[in-house]
Parts: sequence; C-alpha cells; structure tokens
Amino acid sequence: MSETSFQVSIGEAFTAEDISETVEAPSKQLAKYAMRLGDDALILAQRLGWWVARAPELEEDVALCNIALDQLGHARAFLSFAGLAWAKTEDDLAYFRNESEFTNAQVFEQPNGDFAQTIARQFVVSNYQCGLYIALQASANSTIAAISAKAAKEVDYHRDHARQWMLRLALGTDESRKRIIEGLNVIWPFVDELFRDDELVEGLGASAVPPSSLRADFDKATLEVLARCEMEVPQGFVARGGGRQGIHTEFLGPLLAEMQVLARAHPGATW
Amino acid sequence: MAKNTPSFALSEQEALARFDEIIAADERIEPSDWMPDAYRKTLIRQISQHAHSEIIGMQPEGNWITRAPSLKRKAILMAKVQDEAGHGLYLYSAAQTLGIGRDQMTEDLISGKAKYSSIFNYHTPTWADIGSIGWLVDGAAICNQVPLCRASYGPYGRAMVRICKEESFHQRQGFEILLHLSRGSKAQHDMAQESVNRWYAPALMMFGPPDAQSPNSAQSMAWKIKRFSNDDLRQRFVDMIVPQSEVLGLTLPDRAIRWNEKRGHFDYGDLDWDEFNEVLKGRGPANSIRLERRKQAHDDGAWVREAAAAYAARENKEAMAS
Ligand SMILES: [Fe+2]
Ligand SMILES: [Fe+2]
Repeated sequence: MSETSFQVSIGEAFTAEDISETVEAPSKQLAKYAMRLGDDALILAQRLGWWVARAPELEEDVALCNIALDQLGHARAFLSFAGLAWAKTEDDLAYFRNESEFTNAQVFEQPNGDFAQTIARQFVVSNYQCGLYIALQASANSTIAAISAKAAKEVDYHRDHARQWMLRLALGTDESRKRIIEGLNVIWPFVDELFRDDELVEGLGASAVPPSSLRADFDKATLEVLARCEMEVPQGFVARGGGRQGIHTEFLGPLLAEMQVLARAHPGATW
Repeated sequence: MAKNTPSFALSEQEALARFDEIIAADERIEPSDWMPDAYRKTLIRQISQHAHSEIIGMQPEGNWITRAPSLKRKAILMAKVQDEAGHGLYLYSAAQTLGIGRDQMTEDLISGKAKYSSIFNYHTPTWADIGSIGWLVDGAAICNQVPLCRASYGPYGRAMVRICKEESFHQRQGFEILLHLSRGSKAQHDMAQESVNRWYAPALMMFGPPDAQSPNSAQSMAWKIKRFSNDDLRQRFVDMIVPQSEVLGLTLPDRAIRWNEKRGHFDYGDLDWDEFNEVLKGRGPANSIRLERRKQAHDDGAWVREAAAAYAARENKEAMAS
C-alpha cells in the first residue's frame, strides 16, 4: 500500500461512485494503465452481455450474466479512477472515446462465436486476469490494489467456470471436442499480446505489473487444464496485436457502435 | 384428523377431507401431501406459465443491455435480467415438485403449447421502454404476486416470497429511469411519455380479463391459490400508479382516470380486450420472435447440453471404477 491513508480491505465494496468521490487523481501515466484494465473488462462485459437469453441452458444465462456483471464492475472502478486524471467520468470514457482511443488487448474484442469460442476466450482471459489481479493487489497505488483485491476473488470464479466448461466440452462428445479445439484455435493467436511489456508499464514501477512477468504462471496453469482436456496448445499464427496502442481488429468498431449509439444521440444528457 | 397422518394410509375420501381442512385452516399443502388432480393441474399450469413469463421476459429487456446509455444503468439492467432468470429457475423447481419435468416444460414452451404473459409480446424500441417495463410491468407483477406469497401450495408460496423481494427493486429502478428521462431534455421527456403511452393499457391487462369473464378464477380462489379477483388487483394497481405518475410528471393515456370519492378508488377507462385476445392468440407484435428466439437458443445449445451430460456420465463411471 502507498503513502495515502485510503485503504479498502479485501472484499469490501469498492464502487465507481466511491472512487470518483473519495480517491486522489492518478498521474496521467497511471491513468492510462488503469484505462487498459478498464477497457479489457468493459469490452469483455459487453461481449458476454450478448449471451443473456441466448445461453445453452438457463443456469448458463445466470452464470454468464454474473461474469459480465463482475467485469462491468471492475471496468467501472478502473475507468472512474482513470477519468480522474482528466476530469472525466466513467461514462465519458466508455461512451465518448473512439475506437483508436480504446486500449483493450485484442483478445477481449474477439467475437463470441459459438459457446465453445466464448468458453475458449473465457479460459484465456480468466487465467490472465487471475494472475494479473493477484499481482496487482500489491500495487504501490492503493486504489489499484484495492480494486484488484476485489477483482481477484471474482475472476477466480470465472476461471473455475471456464475450466469446468473446457473439460466438459473437450471430453464430452465428438462434436463438442471439435468445436472447443476450433474455438481455442481462433482465440490463442491473441494470447501473446497480453504479455508484452511496453514503456508505459515500465515507467510505472511498482504501481503496475509487467505483463511478461505473468507469462510463466499463465502457461503452467493453462497447460495443466489443456493436458486434462487431452488438448494441445495451438501453434502457429501469432496476432500482431497493438490493442494497447489503439490498434484493433475489425470486430471492435461494431461493438462500440452498438454500445455507444444511444449515449451519443443525446450528448450532455444524464440517465 | 391429525395433520401429520401419512396420506397413503387414507382413503381418497379421507384424504380429500384432510386437504380441505388444510386449505380451510390457511395452512400449506406440501409436495408429499395428497391433493386433488385438478388442484395439481391448475398449479402446474400456473407455475409453469409464470416461469415461462420470467424467461421470455428476459428478451425485451435484454434487447437494451448492449445499448444501455450509462454504465450504471447497464449494470442495473444486467442485474435485473439476471434476477428474472433466477425467478424462472425457482419457479421451474417449484413446478417440478408437482411431478412435471423441466424438459417437458421447456418443450411445451417452445412448441407454443404453454402460455406466458402476453405483456412480453410487445416490442421495446426505445430505452424508455426499460423504464416502463420496470415501473408498470414489474409493478403490476408485484400487485399480482404479493398475494401469491400466501398461496396454499408451499413451494410456490415460498418461491414467491423470494421473488417479490427482488421485484420491488425492479419497479424502483424502472421508476428511476423514467424520472430521469422525464426531468431530462425535451427529447428524453418525450421518449418517456411516448413509452408510457404504449405500456399503460397492456400493463392493466396483465391482471387478466374482467371478473365476469374469468371462468377459472373462482375455483383458484376457493383453493387459495389466488386470493383476490382480477378486477380487485387491477384496481389496486391503478390506485398505486396514478399518484406515482404525478411524481414522474408523466400522463397516463386514459382520460377516464379520476378520483372517485364514493368508492375510495380511482376510476379508469375501459380496456380494449379485443386487442388483448389477439395477442393472447399469438397475433401480438412479437409473439413469433419471442418463441423463435427461445427455440433458437435451445436448439443452438443442444450440443452443449449433450456434451455436459456425456462428460458427467464419464466422470461417474470413473468415480465408480476407482
Ligand atoms: Fe421476475
Ligand atoms: Fe421483475
């Protein structure tokens, strides 16, 4: 924890409202880092929200909606915090930035595909986020640390959900096995980008976590599950990435268009 | 007769007498108790229809999850739709205690054999519709459902207690959406008014046809499944929303609404029951898209459910072998 007196214990609600009212503004550099975390979570929540009333069974409607809600909660906290650096709200950042200003990693914007592809994406991102948030609990910035402490517990459940479905799909029927292998093939090229260091992170020292430091644990954890699934790590194509610099695949634009349409039709309105 | 006499020891006549006693004493019928066939059938129909309504009701609101105009509203809406899925789950479980399987209920819904509340066969073209659904549709649901917490069938009554707690939050969030819109820009205010104009009459019709035309009601009331008549509940609802509409600064589209000193209630105008019957018969604006969507999700998910079942069987086998 840093020098500030503000401290939230693990598990205590740490909402967007708390943050915008009580927290000290971050530096612009730290705000950009928080924005990356917030964008990842927001874009994932937006993707998962699509599944509501479309899931394979009612229990999955509930589970996917729950995961989406958790991610949205994390996004709101990180974006509210980031916005303080520019006197912007979470909604200013979510609704009034353009595609090239979003800094989520590209894996988060990849389409839902079928249920298998969604699970493959969940498998990758939940393992990534678990390692990340556990490490960020020790961030030198107390706000990042507090948001991460709460998020770490929630993404642990997301990881467990994804793991169970990986096993069921991989070892269930021929069809499900074929689909989960295909789904993972689509998603895996975007793994590499998650673990690339850059100047921004290096400049933040102990407030941030260098992505490359998370790779070994990620590989170990995913390999263990894949082995139980009797699946291999997909080889070959590695996506160029660039999400952190605002370079995106063609899937982000339509997602944002849908998300932002109403807010942008009424600029200045409150809801 | 002692209440705890096991029912299998009784003749049918004695069992019926005991059933009547439990109902008369305002106590609860439990799944293991004997009950008349017609009571069981009525409950299965009512509880499964109610469950289907929760599930189909996720669609018109889910329509706005991806476009909610603020992150806070998005979070509240997601939580609400998730609650509705949960309501569906509790209610399916309650119906299962009566001996019907969930697969059967799903099948009946998708095939169009089972009914669900007609209110969900209307479209939600504007964001204000999310406000109107919360305020009017969940509001009407509360008026309908609070008395059901005392329904004579135990599992149903208990499910309703849980559900009603959440419904009041649903109504409040709808009211807040409309309040913000009504007090916002002119475009927002107009959006709210236009939406309330569309939802008012369908919401009033959620209580079912007028008492004189409601043949099943009398028996359900005798069995204490239903506690108040359709018209009584509708009146309660009108009495609740008229003052609320004034706080909202929105007009209800019914010129006949006025306080009736003598009755101690608000009068309201006649409803277009032909329109209601059209929607009930499947000719509403969105009947076919709601069912089609449910069927599509079910069909698209078939391979997933098969995989889960195959995996569970495999795990069981391994557990037995070890
Ligand atoms: Fe409900
Ligand atoms: Fe509700």
